[in-house]
Amino acid sequence: MDNLIHNITLVIVFAPLVGALSTGLFCRKISKGLTFAITIGLMTLAFGLSVYLAKLVIFDGYTSNEIVYTWVKSGTFQFNVGFLVDKLTVLMLLTVNFVSLMVHVYSIGYMEGDKGIVRFFSYISGFTFAMLMLVTANNFFQLFFGWEGVGLVSYLLIGFWFNRPTANFGSLKAFVVNRVGDFGFILAIAAILNYFGTIDYAQVFALAPQMAANNVTMSIIGGTHSSVISVIGILLLIGAMGKSAQVPLHVWLPESMEGPTPISALIHAATMVTAGIFMICRMSPIIEYSQVTLSLILVIGATGALFTGLVGIVQHDIKRVVAYSTLSQLGYMMAALGASAYAAGMFHLMTHAAFKALLFLAAGSVIIAMHHEQDMRNMGGLRKYMPITYITFLIGALSLAAIPPFAGFFSKDAIIEAVKTATIAGSDYAYICVLIGSFVTATYIFRAFFLTFHGKERMSDKLKQQLHETKFVVTGPLMALAIPAIFLGMLIIKPILYPNGFSLLGKSIFVLPQHNVLASMGEEFHGVLAMVNHSVQTLPFWFAVSGIFVTWLCYNRFPELPAKIVKRFGIFYNILVMKYGFDDFNQIVIVRGGHRVAQWLYQVTDSEFIDDTFVNGSGRVVNAVSIAMRQLQSGYLYHYAFAMIVGLVAFLVWLIF
Amino acid sequence: MPVQVPDLTPAVPQIYVLIMTCVTLLVSLFASKKHSAWTYILSQLTLLGAIVLTLLYFHHKSQVTFHGNMIVDHVSMLLTIFICAITFFVLLYSRDYIKQHKMPNTEYHVLVLFSTLGMMILVSSYSFVSIYVGLELFTLPLYALIALRRDSAVYSEAAMKYFVMGAIASGMLLYGLSMIYGATGSVQIAEVVKVISALPSSQHLIILFGLVFVIAGVAFKLGAVPFHMWVPDVYDGSPNTVTLMIATGPKIAAFGLVIRLLAETMPDVQLAWSHALMLIAVLSIGLGNIVAIVQSNIKRMLAYSSIAQMGYMLLGVIAGTANGYAAAMFYVLIYSLMSLAAFGLVAMLSRDGIDIQHIEDLRGLNERNPWLAFMMLIVMFSMAGIPPLAGFMAKIGVLEAVIAVGHVWLAAVALLFAIVGAYYYIRVVKVMYFDDPLQSTRIDLPTGDMRVALTVNGLSVLALGIFPGILMSLCQAAF
Repeated sequence: MDNLIHNITLVIVFAPLVGALSTGLFCRKISKGLTFAITIGLMTLAFGLSVYLAKLVIFDGYTSNEIVYTWVKSGTFQFNVGFLVDKLTVLMLLTVNFVSLMVHVYSIGYMEGDKGIVRFFSYISGFTFAMLMLVTANNFFQLFFGWEGVGLVSYLLIGFWFNRPTANFGSLKAFVVNRVGDFGFILAIAAILNYFGTIDYAQVFALAPQMAANNVTMSIIGGTHSSVISVIGILLLIGAMGKSAQVPLHVWLPESMEGPTPISALIHAATMVTAGIFMICRMSPIIEYSQVTLSLILVIGATGALFTGLVGIVQHDIKRVVAYSTLSQLGYMMAALGASAYAAGMFHLMTHAAFKALLFLAAGSVIIAMHHEQDMRNMGGLRKYMPITYITFLIGALSLAAIPPFAGFFSKDAIIEAVKTATIAGSDYAYICVLIGSFVTATYIFRAFFLTFHGKERMSDKLKQQLHETKFVVTGPLMALAIPAIFLGMLIIKPILYPNGFSLLGKSIFVLPQHNVLASMGEEFHGVLAMVNHSVQTLPFWFAVSGIFVTWLCYNRFPELPAKIVKRFGIFYNILVMKYGFDDFNQIVIVRGGHRVAQWLYQVTDSEFIDDTFVNGSGRVVNAVSIAMRQLQSGYLYHYAFAMIVGLVAFLVWLIF
Repeated sequence: MPVQVPDLTPAVPQIYVLIMTCVTLLVSLFASKKHSAWTYILSQLTLLGAIVLTLLYFHHKSQVTFHGNMIVDHVSMLLTIFICAITFFVLLYSRDYIKQHKMPNTEYHVLVLFSTLGMMILVSSYSFVSIYVGLELFTLPLYALIALRRDSAVYSEAAMKYFVMGAIASGMLLYGLSMIYGATGSVQIAEVVKVISALPSSQHLIILFGLVFVIAGVAFKLGAVPFHMWVPDVYDGSPNTVTLMIATGPKIAAFGLVIRLLAETMPDVQLAWSHALMLIAVLSIGLGNIVAIVQSNIKRMLAYSSIAQMGYMLLGVIAGTANGYAAAMFYVLIYSLMSLAAFGLVAMLSRDGIDIQHIEDLRGLNERNPWLAFMMLIVMFSMAGIPPLAGFMAKIGVLEAVIAVGHVWLAAVALLFAIVGAYYYIRVVKVMYFDDPLQSTRIDLPTGDMRVALTVNGLSVLALGIFPGILMSLCQAAF
C-alpha cells in the first residue's frame, strides 16, 4: 500500500511538470488546441488521482513518508526529495488541484486571443508542480524548493504582460518583498539544520519537545540568550508573512493584480498565498512550543484581518477590492493559527480557496464583458446582462461575508470563536480586530457587488450594446466553484474541526493540550443546523448583516451618501486611500534610500576602491605573473627534464630530512 | 609443482578486448578500402562489449586473481566502465577527423584499443609488475598515435617530447618500485602493505626514498607540477583527436594508479605522501590557473586547465579518507566528461584539414550554431565550478574532504585560484556569445550521431550537476 501511495503521489506531482515542460519547451511549435489538451488532460489526471489518494488516506487511514531520491549527502547532512502523504497533504492536494484545474479551463476563455497563451499555460502548470512539491514535501529542503518555485512562477505571471510598465513594477515588487520573507525562512532552515542536525520533518518534530524541555538557547547578539525554538518559530513566521502577505510584508499582493485574472485567482487567492498558512500548520509541532511565536502570529494576523479589510472599502478597481479582501482573509487564517486552532485555519483556507477563486473568476468574467475595464465607477447594473456571473458573485460574496449557511460562515465563525476562547497574550486585541473585521468584510464586498451589478449603468453606450454573458468555459468554472462555496462548510466542519472518530486532519497537526481551544469549542458544537440557528444570537452575524445593510443604504438606496461621508471624514478616508502609508514609506525610505546608499557604494567604494584597486589591481598582478611564468615553458626538452629532476630532488630532500 | 590455472572470469573484459582488438586488426588488414567502416564498427563493439561484460560482473564486491596480480573491485569496474565509455565517444568524435586529415584508419583504431586495454589492466592491477605492464601498454600506443602522420614535423616533435619525458618518468617510477620491492621483498600490493605496516617507523627511510620516485612517476602521468612540462606541448602538438584521447581516458587511468600505488599500497606512510601531494596540488592549481590566463591557443589553455583540475582532484586524495577518495574519483570522472566534450567540440569543428587552434576561432559561435555554443557554455561553466553543473558538485566534494581533515588553508587556496581560473573559462563563453563572428556561415558537426553524442555528453554534465546522487553514491560505495 505504501508503494501504491508513493507511486500515485509521484504521478500527481510530476504530471503538471510534464505539461509545463512539454508546452514550455515547444511553445513556438505547439498549437493552442494541443496545449489545452496536454495541460488540462494532465491536470485532470492529477486531480482524479488526488481524489483517489484522498480516499486512501482520509477514509482508509493510510499514510506514507518515503524518500524518492537522495540529492546530496554532505557529512551527516542529507538532502532528499521525499513525499510525506498524510491528511494535511491530501487536503492541500485536493484544494490545489481542484482550483488549478478550474483555472486551466477558465483560462481558455480569458486568455483567448492572447499571443502568449501557450506560455501562459506552461506557467500555470509549472506553478501547480511547484505548489505540489511544496505540499508533499517531507523535509525542509524540498519545502524550500517548492516555496521558491511558486515565488518564481508568481513573478513570471504577474509580469506576464511584460510590455506594461505597471506589470513589471508589480512583479518586481512581489519578488523583492518575498525575498525579505524568504530570508527569514532560509535562516529558519539553517537554524534547524544547525540545532537539530537534520531537515527531515519526522526527525525534527520528534526532537522538538526535547529541545523545548531543555530550553536550549542561542546567542544572537553577544550576551543575549534566546530560546532556539522561539527563534526558529519567528523566522518561520517571517517566511510565512512574505508568502502569505501578512502586515507589513503585504504590500506586494495588491500590486500582483497586474497579472491576468486567472492568476490572481489561482496564485494570489487560492494557493500560493496560503503556502504560509500551510507551512505554519505543518510546523505546528515546533510552533506549539513557543508562546512568543503564537502571540506574534495572532497579533499580526488579526491586525491584517481588520486593517487591510478597511482599505478594501475605498478601492475602485474591482480586482483590488478582492485583493484586499484576500489580505484580510489571510489575516483571519493567521489569527486562527496563533490561537492554536490550526484546523480552523486550514478549514478557512479551503473554503476561502473556493469562494475567493469564485469571486476572482467572477470579477474576471465581468472584466471580459467590460472589455478589460476594471474600474467599478464605470460599471453598474450588470445584473440583467450577466445573470450567471451575477448569481455566482453573490454566492461568493455571501460566503465571504460569513452569512449562514454558506461555506465561509462556518470557517470564519470558528476562527472568531477560537480567538475569543484563546487565552494567550494579545488574544483580547485580536478578538476585537476579527470581530470588527466581519463588519468590514461584508461592507467592502457588498459595496463592490452593488457598484458592479446594481444601480445606474455608468458605462458608455457603445460598450452597453456589446454587453453579454461570457462563454461557457468561463461560466462553467464559476458554477463548479459555486458548489463548494455553498456546501463545503457544512459538509466538513464536523470532521475537520471537531472530529469524533472520523477526522479530516487526524494526527498531521499537533496541538498542546493547554492550547487546545477547538476541544473546548467542540463541547458546544451540536451539529450544523444548531450552529446556523444559534448564529442569529451571535455578534459576528449581526456585524456582517449590518455591514451589508449599510452598503445597501449607501450604494443602492442613497447613492449620494458615500460622497458626504468622505467629505465629513476626509482624514480617515485619506489614510485608507494612502493604505496607511506603507507603500509611500517603502518607496521613499527603502527604495529611494536604498538607491542613494547604493549610488554612494557604487561610486565611492565599488568603482574607485574595489574595481580600481582590487579587481583591476589583482588582474594586473595575475597577468604579470602569468606572462612571467609562461617563459618557463621554453619548449626545450632538456629544460623540461631538468625541471623534473629538480622537483624530484627537492621532494627527496624535503621528505627524507 | 602443479601449475594452477587462475580464475579467469574477473578478467573476461580484458581478455575480450584483447581478442577483439586482434580481430579488428586482422579484419582491417584483409578488408578492402571501401569496407573500412568495419574497423570503426568492430572497435565500437569491442568497447561496448567491455562495458557490458564489466556491468555483468558488477554485483561482485572484490576479487583477487592471477596469483595476486589482479584485483577486480568496484574501483576498477567503475573506472573501466568510464574508460571504455569515454573511449567510445572519442572514437565517435574522431571518425570524421581521421578521414579529413587522412590519418591511417586501421592503425588509429587499433592503437586506441590497445591503449584502452592498457588502461583497463592498469586500473585492475594488484602488483607492481602488472601495474607497470598496464602503464606501458597504455602509453606506448599514445606515442605512436601522436606521430601517426609521420610527415608532420609538429606531430613528430610532440611525440618525441612525450616519449622522452615519459621514458624518464617511467624510469623514475620503476626505480621507486624497485626500492620498495627491495625493502619489502614483494611486488604484490597485498604483501607489501603487510610488510610496511610491520616495519618500525625507524626503518621507513628506504620506503620514503622509493616513495618519492613513485610520486614523481604518478605526478607525471597526472600532469601535475613540477612534472607537467610535457602537457601543454603535447596537447598542442598532437592532432586534435589524439589530444582528445590523451586528455580524457588516461586521466582516469592515472587516478587508478594513484589509488593503487599510494592509497592502497602505502596507507602507513600516508602522512608523507599526502604532504608531498599537498605541495604538488597547490603548485598545480596555482600554476595551471595562472598560466592558462594568457594562453590564446585553446588547446594550450585547456592543457593548463587540466593541470589545475588534476590539482583539485588530488585534494580528495590528500584527505586520505574514504570520502576523500570517493570525491577525487567523482572529480576525475566528471573532469573526463567535461574535457571529452571540450576537446571533442574542438576536434569535430576542425574541418577540411584546418584545425581549430585559437580561442578566437570560436568567435560568435552562438550566431553560427547556438546549440553547440550552449554545450560549450555548459562545459566551460562546469569547469569553472559554477552551480548547478557537475564541476561545481565535484569541487564541493573535494573541498569538503580536505576541510573534514582540517586543511582549511588548502581549501582556501584552492578556492582563491578557482576564482582566478573562472576568468579564462568565462572568456571562452564571452568570445562565443558576445564577439562578432569572423564568418557568418552556419557551422555544424559532421554527422547526426556526433550531434547526438555531443548533446548527450554536454547534458550529462548538466544532469550530473543537478542529480549527482547516483554517481556520487557509486563512488562512495567503491571505498
